[in-house]
Amino acid sequence: MVPTSQVLGLAALLFCIGLAGVIVRRNLLIVMMSVELMLNAANLALVGFARVRGDLEGQGLAFLIVALAAAEAAVGLAIVVSVFRSRRTVYADEVTLLRR
Amino acid sequence: MTKTFPLLWIPLLPLLGAAINLLCGRVLSRRAVNVVACGSVAGALGVVVFAVFGRLWPLVGAAEGTHLPARLVQTAYAWITAGSVDLPVGLVCDPLSAVMLLVVTLVGFLIHLYSTGYMAHERDYARFFGYLNLFTGAMLILVLADNLPLLFVGWEGVGVCSYLLIGFWYDKDGTERLGLANAMAGRKAFLVNRVGDVAFLLGMLVLFAATRTLSIESLALRASDLLLPLHPLGLGPYTVAGVAGLLLFIGAMGKSAQIPLYVWLPDAMAGPTPVSALIHAATMVTAGVYMVARMNFLFMLSPAVMGLIALVGATTALFAASIGFAQHDIKKVLAYSTISQLGYMFVAVGVGAFSAGIFHLFTHAFFKACLFLGAGAIIHALHDEQDLRQMGGLRRPLATTHWTFLVSTLAIAGIPPLSGFFSKDEILWRAIATANPALGSTWLPALLYVMSLAAALCTAFYMFRLYGLVFLGERRGTAPASSHGHAGGHVGGHPGGHAGGGHAGGGHAGSGHAGSGHAGSGHAGSGHAGDLHLPGPAMEAPLIVLAGGAALLGLLGLPEVVGSWLGIEHINLFERWLAPVVDQGARLADRWAGGQRVAANALAESHGLEALLLLLSVAVAVGSSALAWKLYRAGPSALVERLTARLRWFYRLVLNKYWVDELYDWTIVRPYKALAVVLFQLVDRLVIDRLGVHGTARSVDGVGRVLRRLQTGNVQHYVVGLVIGITALVVGVVGAALLGGGG
Repeated sequence: MVPTSQVLGLAALLFCIGLAGVIVRRNLLIVMMSVELMLNAANLALVGFARVRGDLEGQGLAFLIVALAAAEAAVGLAIVVSVFRSRRTVYADEVTLLRR
Repeated sequence: MTKTFPLLWIPLLPLLGAAINLLCGRVLSRRAVNVVACGSVAGALGVVVFAVFGRLWPLVGAAEGTHLPARLVQTAYAWITAGSVDLPVGLVCDPLSAVMLLVVTLVGFLIHLYSTGYMAHERDYARFFGYLNLFTGAMLILVLADNLPLLFVGWEGVGVCSYLLIGFWYDKDGTERLGLANAMAGRKAFLVNRVGDVAFLLGMLVLFAATRTLSIESLALRASDLLLPLHPLGLGPYTVAGVAGLLLFIGAMGKSAQIPLYVWLPDAMAGPTPVSALIHAATMVTAGVYMVARMNFLFMLSPAVMGLIALVGATTALFAASIGFAQHDIKKVLAYSTISQLGYMFVAVGVGAFSAGIFHLFTHAFFKACLFLGAGAIIHALHDEQDLRQMGGLRRPLATTHWTFLVSTLAIAGIPPLSGFFSKDEILWRAIATANPALGSTWLPALLYVMSLAAALCTAFYMFRLYGLVFLGERRGTAPASSHGHAGGHVGGHPGGHAGGGHAGGGHAGSGHAGSGHAGSGHAGSGHAGDLHLPGPAMEAPLIVLAGGAALLGLLGLPEVVGSWLGIEHINLFERWLAPVVDQGARLADRWAGGQRVAANALAESHGLEALLLLLSVAVAVGSSALAWKLYRAGPSALVERLTARLRWFYRLVLNKYWVDELYDWTIVRPYKALAVVLFQLVDRLVIDRLGVHGTARSVDGVGRVLRRLQTGNVQHYVVGLVIGITALVVGVVGAALLGGGG
């Protein structure tokens, strides 16, 4: 039986890795993947708490987030493709049109 | 005895005329403008005549002997309703406003008619008549108002129209330079009036603070509130009536050109002459007198203020009359004469003889309007020449003008049995037999009488000087340039020739008269017979009507002593007509201030004294007129020349109007302008502009310049901000929870 603190520690670690990826990586595809990492860190934490509480609410929520993440990935990837088509780049720091 | 009547139509008709002429005047023909302007005032006159003679007259008859007021009222609509204040646009037509309504609409109509001739060659024809109609409407609102704020609306309305019409020729002959003086005169009138108007407003506020009402009728019912003590500026205690009365009177000083706020009226002569006749002689300037008479209950409760009013009036009457001696501009003489006559009216209301004051207002409206319109005809005939030194010998070419002018001159000089004699004599008599308890037992009535009599003497003299210089003797001065831009197409000064029928008269309404005017062109050696621009029937008819009024209307107010000779009780019809309104104050004063009035009135019963003073004023008027006639029969006589040479310094003092304008310039206008420059540079430019407006803009701009660096457009930078923010929030909330839990 894995202790809850380890589950939460792993979740926190995943979240931080994802966050770091979102912040430092220029490639929007990598940023998307990092967002997935953060979402799944949250899932892990939810499942971990659900086990502590002994009910299924957390697990249900985790499934909801999985579905949501799929939708998010679909839309996000579509945007990235669209950005690449118009700007010929997938680097975030080159897509600064709103600044002007 | 109160009935309702659609009084609103009286001011509404001229206002509608003004709206039409001001908004669509450009597309209307001159004839259409005439019809709208004269027609709207004639309509108002018709409504007034019907209301007064058809409706009010029976009411007054029925109410005679009782203390019930007889009046027509209308509440047009609710104007201000806030909390306990309920201020309707309420109109009231009682005997006092009836007199004013008749004067304003009748004289106003005649002057509109006259203007169609006088202004026939001017540009901006519709604008002129629009303003004139607007003025008439505002004046009628002033007269009909049953509460002070509505009266103030009319009061300010006539002020604005006065300003607009004084500066009517702001671009005389199409150049701004020549019109600038006119515009400045309008500005001066407006600003000087503003001083009075602020006081008027303060007076209203004092009354409202003390009584919680501004309706004139309810104010009259609150005498006990009006006698409460007040501590203005930490001074005091004075009664509410005293403080409010003084403030309202300062307002009247401005509007009615009394010392020290009279300086605007002579300058106001820059406006077209019909304007001077209507606004600055017959109606607007008398608004102050009307207001004091309307508020007679208030003033009767503060005899000291009334005494001040009488003194200011007498001083103004004498002071302005003395200036009239030495003026060279025909309109300036009449302007100072108007100030002087207004002084008389204030003497009357100041000694509690409200009906005598209104009676003089009434007769003055006729003879002074006639004089001004006559002066207009003269100025018109001489192609805008206003200098008396260029006139003379106009008796025969301007026959109608001459006769009407002579009648009005006799009237204002106080020669019996013309109207001015009766109204002026009534005031002189009431000054002695004062109804004002504050003056009753002092030497002030005698002083007032002497000053007023001296003013009467001056009036008779300068008016006959004016008459002599204009009409008698031979034409002096040079012929005006015939290239003047009149559309009349006159044939100008033939060298030495009598240019009989020289008026080509194209487009000039009175070309027929022009011929008859020249028929007797035997003006001995004047040589300028052909260049006169003779008035047409539109200008002469009003002169005749007004002269008729000036001659006959005095019979409405015959003195009581004449009645005692003829064995007729209450011969003063005018006083009898006004008594229900103007005795209101006397009744209140009797009830609230004790019976002091009775002692003052004892003198008033002496018919012997009244007869004696009557003869004295006749003697003064006739003597002074005769003297002036003799001295100025053929231009200024040698004696006049010698006298002015001997008394050079005094002559110069009077000629320069006692340097009052210069005094004001140095003591008020210049310091004020200097202060304005300081305030402009320091407060406006530095504090408001630099620090305030520009400062705000600059600081916003500066902060923006710094903060815009955060806006990189790079989404990842925003994420960093987001993370920092959320982290701070979480740390804060969790930390607080921990600390709170721990504490």
